[in-house]
Amino acid sequence: MKHLLSIEQLGRAEIEAILERAESFAEVGRRDIKKVPTLRGRTIVSLFYESSTRTSSSFELAAKRLSADLVSVKSAGSSVDKGESLKDTVATLSAYDPAAIVIRHPYAGAAQLVAGWTDASVVNAGDGKHEHPSQALLDLFTLRRRVGSLEGKRIWIVGDVLHSRVARSNLIAFQEMGASVTLCGPPTLIPRGVEELGCDVSYTLDGLGDADVVYALRMQRERMKDSFVPSIREYAARYQIDSRRLGPRQLLMHPGPVNRGVELSGDVIDSPQSLIAEQVESGLVVRMAILYELLAGSGRPRPVGDGELPPAPAPIGQPA
Amino acid sequence: MTEVPGIAEALAFREGDRGDLVLRGASVLDPVAGIDAPHDVVIRDGRIAELAAPGAADAGDAEVVDAEGLHAFPAFFDPHVHLRTPGREDEEDVETGTRAAAAGGYCGILAMANTEPTVSTAADVEALRERARTEASVPAGFLATVTGGMRGEELTEMAELRDAGAAGFSDDGLPVRSARVLRRALQYQRLCGGVIALHEEDPELSGDGVMHEGPVSAALGLTGIPSVSESTMIARDAALAGYEEARIHVQHLSARESVAAIAAAREAGVSVSCEATPHHLCLTDEAVRTLDASRFKMNPPLRSEDDRQALLAGLRDGTIDCVATDHAPHSADEKEVPFEQAAMGVTGLETAFSALYTDLVLPGVLELGLVVEKLGAGAPLFDLARPSLAPGGEANVVLCDLETEWTVGEDGYESRSRNSWCAGRTLRGRVLVTVAAGQVAYRQRNFALGVAS
Repeated sequence: MKHLLSIEQLGRAEIEAILERAESFAEVGRRDIKKVPTLRGRTIVSLFYESSTRTSSSFELAAKRLSADLVSVKSAGSSVDKGESLKDTVATLSAYDPAAIVIRHPYAGAAQLVAGWTDASVVNAGDGKHEHPSQALLDLFTLRRRVGSLEGKRIWIVGDVLHSRVARSNLIAFQEMGASVTLCGPPTLIPRGVEELGCDVSYTLDGLGDADVVYALRMQRERMKDSFVPSIREYAARYQIDSRRLGPRQLLMHPGPVNRGVELSGDVIDSPQSLIAEQVESGLVVRMAILYELLAGSGRPRPVGDGELPPAPAPIGQPA
Repeated sequence: MTEVPGIAEALAFREGDRGDLVLRGASVLDPVAGIDAPHDVVIRDGRIAELAAPGAADAGDAEVVDAEGLHAFPAFFDPHVHLRTPGREDEEDVETGTRAAAAGGYCGILAMANTEPTVSTAADVEALRERARTEASVPAGFLATVTGGMRGEELTEMAELRDAGAAGFSDDGLPVRSARVLRRALQYQRLCGGVIALHEEDPELSGDGVMHEGPVSAALGLTGIPSVSESTMIARDAALAGYEEARIHVQHLSARESVAAIAAAREAGVSVSCEATPHHLCLTDEAVRTLDASRFKMNPPLRSEDDRQALLAGLRDGTIDCVATDHAPHSADEKEVPFEQAAMGVTGLETAFSALYTDLVLPGVLELGLVVEKLGAGAPLFDLARPSLAPGGEANVVLCDLETEWTVGEDGYESRSRNSWCAGRTLRGRVLVTVAAGQVAYRQRNFALGVAS
């Protein structure tokens, strides 16, 4: 695997390899010295054209934990701000001979384009409303730790599906791992024709009780400007996940940042069913695993079938 | 009813040598003239002098082409081309655009007026026609905008524009948003004539859409343009044209609902004609999964297989009058960006025939005769004589080799831009020679004329 551009490109075996690699990094994370020398001397560029807290910080920390040199470029204050084209920016950054470029961009297909312009491995950290593969992988990792296999599990993704790259990547990822998915939201925020991706569509929360996992999406307050919803109040009344609607055996997830009191009520966020904090934790080890698979995992036998993995690299300062 | 002028008569081009030519033993196909047999095609003084039995024509001093095994058709006419001049000569101009047309087998084109600045005054039209007289390889006509600067507010001086030679009117690139303004233009047409060509799209429904709305846009997370954005505007404008007894031409049909709207308007007696592009006839929104904006982003967008089938049916049953390319050159800078940011439009002049032949004629979807007919049918819609191989007429001939294969873009393009929807594809059938207005406008580089005797 040279690039991680989408969840769609990954088969189940490749997904499992990344998740198992992430498990081994979770083990490293429990040691006192959390850094490994795997990517020493290699450069990773983090190129963010949109604001991001979780994704950029966890990718950057992941690169540092793997001992890579990190160049972090944010669109504000850089030459991007001065009107430089994406192609020219990538050409400039490629002069540093990076091993990987992690890119977040407001438009679909940006990571794929960049992959055609550079020799580096490219990681899609979110492209427009298209895909967010590392989010889907960390969500799978989080869920798997809690419930084991996703085979036969029922997952509801609730909210603004239309504008959500997380919904798209997670729909594909959950189905690939054997779960069935229902997309739920107001008809104005469900893309026309989406059921052809193999999911169910519901315009109400009736039937939510059947779900094993409820995955709520962020609802942006400005959506009412384009008449997608009449008001945030009406949206919350119909679609908010609260302790009345969330059963005791159902798990709750959210990609963050949460609009408290809109898509989720405060009490469910902090409830024991909520995996939201674990999702953030998983972000770091899964992104370490992604960088490892792309930059150090190639050429090694894939841990498919026998489940044997190379041992986790020894932390720096300890004999390998 | 006044006589319809010939293409050379009404449009502007660079006049040159009218070398006499004999296409010896060509398979001649002109479905409208009812010709489908091998002939020697004799071109003398810019006219079709004679269709003689194969080998029978006396060539005299004429250049002779051994055309045995090759096909001669009436040359094509494209009523929808963007020459990008004035303003974006980095993308195309009269010289390169008409060269691309000649290479595609066209003997005449009509250029759209959405340039920078727009073609909105008599002086603009006169300047373009003057330029065409020194640069155009094939006769070129120029439409003027319906509204000043395409702002959709006040009408251009349509009567003066017609006197200056405007071939018709269009705000193509944008719809005429206001029904009131369009109604005035349709009324004014009674004074000045000139077909009003319409880009049909309701901007309220298109919004910031970048591709067809459907399962593919849902999968890609791209904002969709619903089919009804096009068809509702066609229905509105057809109703206005019917009420004012005006003539409209609907550009680049893309959706099943649009074909139905045209059929309903015809049924109601409205004077409406329409066109479809080769890319809408050959491709669907599945191609957009590549996110290749250079080849697959245009407006209207590539739609579903069901829509494509409706366009093909419309072409067969006559609901769709002609094929037009909507040749829309763009610079690499405007295309080498993420799909949503990329400019809309693809080039198509150089590949129209070969693509239709490869994708639709060879698999048996459309008859060769129908494709040839529809590629020439744009001319009469704009009050110009249809290119014909009937003896006595202006010589507008294309000679094709239907056996040869070529890879699009391999040897570059005649167009200044490279955003061909066929880029990289291997196509069957190639234009070898184009005779436009009696002059050899194009000869394929590897095809030598005058070697046979």
